[in-house]
Amino acid sequence: MGPGDIVSLFLIVALPFLGALLPGLMYGAGRKACASVTLAVTLTALIGLLTRLPEIWSGQTITTRIDWIPALGLNLELWLDPLGFFFAALILGIGCLIIIYGRYYLSREDHMGEFFTYLLLFQGAMVGIVLSDNILLLLIFWELTSLSSFLLIGYWKHLPEGRQGARMALAVTGMGGLAMIGGAIILGQIAGSYRISDIIAARDAIQASELYTTALVLILLGCFTKSAQFPFHFWLPHAMAAPTPVSAYLHSATMVKAGIFLMARLWPALSGTPEWFYLVTGAGLITMCLGAVISFFKHDLKAILAFSTVSHLGLITMLLGTGTAFGVLTAVFHILNHATFKAALFMSAGIVDHEAHTRDIRRLGGLRHLMPVTATIAIIAALSMAGIPLMNGFISKEMMLKEALETQLFGPEWLVPALATFGALFSAAYSFRFIAHTFLGKTRDDYPSHPHDPNKGMWLPPAFLTVLVVGIGVLPFLVEPFVKFVTGAVLGGVAEVPDYHLAIWHGVNIPLMMSAVAVVGGLILLGLHRGLQAGWDKTPRPEAKTIFDGIIAGAISFARGLTGGLHDGAFTRYAAILALAIIAAAGHAWMTGEVGAPALPFAWPNLASALGWLMLVVATVVLVATHHNRLLALILMGIIGTMVSVGFAYFSAPDLAMTQISVEVVTIILMLLALNFLPDWTPKESTPMQRLFDGTVAILGGLGAGGLCYHLLRRTAVETPISSYHLENSYYGGGGTNVVNVILVDFRGFDTFGEIIVLGIAALVIYALTEALLSGPVRARLLNRVPDKPLAGDRHPLMMVVLTRVMMPIVLMVGVYIFLRGHNQPGGGFIAGLVVAVAVVMQYLASGFAWATDRQRYPYHAIIGSGVLAAGLTGIGAWFAGREFLTSSFGYVKLPGLEAFEVASALFFDLGVFLAVVGAVMLSLESFSRLARRSDTRDPEHPMDIDPSRDQRAEGGA
Amino acid sequence: MELIVASAVGVLTAAGLYLVTRLRTFPVIIGVALLTYAVNVFLFASGRLTVGAAPILRDGMENYADPLPQALVLTAIVISFGMTAVVVVIALGAYLAGDDDRVNDAADHLDTTRVGGKEAGQ
Repeated sequence: MGPGDIVSLFLIVALPFLGALLPGLMYGAGRKACASVTLAVTLTALIGLLTRLPEIWSGQTITTRIDWIPALGLNLELWLDPLGFFFAALILGIGCLIIIYGRYYLSREDHMGEFFTYLLLFQGAMVGIVLSDNILLLLIFWELTSLSSFLLIGYWKHLPEGRQGARMALAVTGMGGLAMIGGAIILGQIAGSYRISDIIAARDAIQASELYTTALVLILLGCFTKSAQFPFHFWLPHAMAAPTPVSAYLHSATMVKAGIFLMARLWPALSGTPEWFYLVTGAGLITMCLGAVISFFKHDLKAILAFSTVSHLGLITMLLGTGTAFGVLTAVFHILNHATFKAALFMSAGIVDHEAHTRDIRRLGGLRHLMPVTATIAIIAALSMAGIPLMNGFISKEMMLKEALETQLFGPEWLVPALATFGALFSAAYSFRFIAHTFLGKTRDDYPSHPHDPNKGMWLPPAFLTVLVVGIGVLPFLVEPFVKFVTGAVLGGVAEVPDYHLAIWHGVNIPLMMSAVAVVGGLILLGLHRGLQAGWDKTPRPEAKTIFDGIIAGAISFARGLTGGLHDGAFTRYAAILALAIIAAAGHAWMTGEVGAPALPFAWPNLASALGWLMLVVATVVLVATHHNRLLALILMGIIGTMVSVGFAYFSAPDLAMTQISVEVVTIILMLLALNFLPDWTPKESTPMQRLFDGTVAILGGLGAGGLCYHLLRRTAVETPISSYHLENSYYGGGGTNVVNVILVDFRGFDTFGEIIVLGIAALVIYALTEALLSGPVRARLLNRVPDKPLAGDRHPLMMVVLTRVMMPIVLMVGVYIFLRGHNQPGGGFIAGLVVAVAVVMQYLASGFAWATDRQRYPYHAIIGSGVLAAGLTGIGAWFAGREFLTSSFGYVKLPGLEAFEVASALFFDLGVFLAVVGAVMLSLESFSRLARRSDTRDPEHPMDIDPSRDQRAEGGA
Repeated sequence: MELIVASAVGVLTAAGLYLVTRLRTFPVIIGVALLTYAVNVFLFASGRLTVGAAPILRDGMENYADPLPQALVLTAIVISFGMTAVVVVIALGAYLAGDDDRVNDAADHLDTTRVGGKEAGQ
């Protein structure tokens, strides 16, 4: 395998995807350019594929792979074997014809670039399915076909039928695809590899596995939904709301054949068991007969073809289900034949629709005089569909009947042949009706538009296909080697390719008789159509769309009931549900888990800690009891926070204590700012029952959390904690003796980096929300707000102003000190940032917003940004030393006149943390205080309200 | 020692849960803050309790308090400030815009079909 091989296989799959960019770009250059470039892309892929034919033909299988996620077994593995080649050639070959046809079919109002983009995406996904040698990769392409076909079916967005049809197709095929994921994973697990070639080779292991039936059912759900097999056949006719080129493409050679393809692909691994036989042949037979009967009674040309497609897919499915080599041979041959005549028929129906402006067969008839070319094409293709000799459909139908004769299902041996004949009979009947009611008969004078043969571009593609229809029908031996070649690939060595010759004449035998019965019966049915139709219309039938809509509506109302019941807009209810759910889950874990014996000794608290505990508990209880008084609640919260930080200090966590106390300060300030606007009092609203319920939930939760904590504290860790690593490496690896700080800036530096970004984002969110408030209707309310309490005489008390200014440099120096020593002693960027923020906030508090803002040189956004940037750049700096992101380094610097001191790169990282914290805290608080500016009092320009000399000067000047 | 820490966590959790299920925004925010204390202390306690052994490396010292929960809780404290601030500004905005600081939707808006309410008109 040379590098050229890799390029070629990947290129075949990638070309349509890459090419999907072009139609949109070329749309501006005109419709012709748009279609030409699309055609060029498909044609290039097709030629690329065909150049590989000699290698395939000589018995080679081309494989190529690129590792994608090897740990999951998901790799870009492609292979080209005869089966893949056959399907890829169909997809790309018919794709070329569809593109030519589509260029003339689409009207000027349709956005051609969009159309061809979707088409190429779909085409690439289909080629990906058939060339995948990895079942997970195949699943990805499989879902891509569902998505891209959704776009194609719903292309006419203005038509409700188009949107509904697209949604239904997506729901059904997407659901099947989900089921298939399960099946594919089971198969891969059994085979020990997700390579399809390995799975196929693991036939014995798969069929012996007890999960075989599960895997089979799941895979078949995917195949049956995609290939519209009973009971999932209903989506296909609704997908007919798509533009006709889409229908012709999706329902002849591609989308619906994907399910068939997968059944053929996995045939060696899955077939031959009774489960396979009953499921696949059973579903196929039912689908074949059902589709044929419904088709006969439809009036829309495309609906007739849609149900006939359902029926023919059933036929192919049935053939694959029998599990015999002859069945596979017939299936492969019929896939080829069906693709040719069905694409031609869809395109003809599209021409009729395009010219006569109706597809209703009741309004048509006699078109052979008006559009002879189209009529010839459609009649030849329809005769092939009916199974008339000299057309390719005849030969594969004979083979199907022969296979049916040898198949026995559910006891009676006449059942399968009888049903097959019944299906063939209706198949002949609807084909004849399609011909007779559209093209034969007298010319009418009430067509919605005057029909005539279309532009060459529209009839040449179906004409080309009818040449194939007749060519294969008359000279079947020409394609025989190829069909057998593909059959051999499907069989995968499980069975021999049968020694049967594709020929028109096999002598007078039973299949020929059955065929004759079908044709004659079809003609009789056509004669009786009027009466039968009347009877059909009167018979009540389950309507698939109604049932589907009912199921969807049921699912929606169930989901609504469930969500609405839990999620009704009462947020307190969510909180209670959440708390109860957590308590229940924890209770379950407690009941079912194992509880070890206490390993750590019990110690009574000493007096100091008991007093601290008492303060905390009393403050909490009083807070709950008096929470209606909001200011009091804040004060009590401050006590609790202080006691928590004292607790941290007591239990050997100085860093935490310092952080907690400084956060406490800024939090309380923030809440006070908010309380300025909120009511001071929380009304008593909840009923005693409600309070009892909430109290019970709260006490349960408290008991649970406290109990869990106590339990944890009396026992040693289940696994050895990783903390000893940090303690051992902190100094030698991180260059610091304060292990907590080294963890923050070094061991878990990435965490901290994310942390400061989150903090920055939170501050920006607050800023943005404040901006939104201030630019909306709230602004007027704020400006006209009358304070509900008497204001203090001096807004900026002298003592406070003086004191805070004196303190400012001291606090700043403390901040710098805490920052610098942080690596070795309690402190660091977080704490220093909070301390400095408190220093600045004091100025806002004491001297007023305007005064403080005037002296604020750098915007807080920029400080946050520079902090994140500094931390990030320090991390990136490690790259230049050839190390991982955020690897820190440190060294000792000797400056003249000073002792040697340590400089760690972590210091710069910590500087980033410091700046981000300062910026975030200040931006949040500043945003809140901006809300407080009012119109009735001008912002004082001066820090102190009382300054007689200033007032005198102002008077004197005036 | 274990008892007072565990009971403090329990009391803080219970108080937090009770306040979170109140009907106005302010007590709910206070409740969330109390829950934050409880969670932080709980996480910190998962490193077990140690007195007089701060994780500052010193010569001749063998046993230190577990530094990892401390580092995790330190960032949690700072982040919880950010979270509180965002929640407060949202509550404030809602109050200023609607002149109402109730947490729940008004009783006549409570219904079981609110999720699909918009689609019901189709």
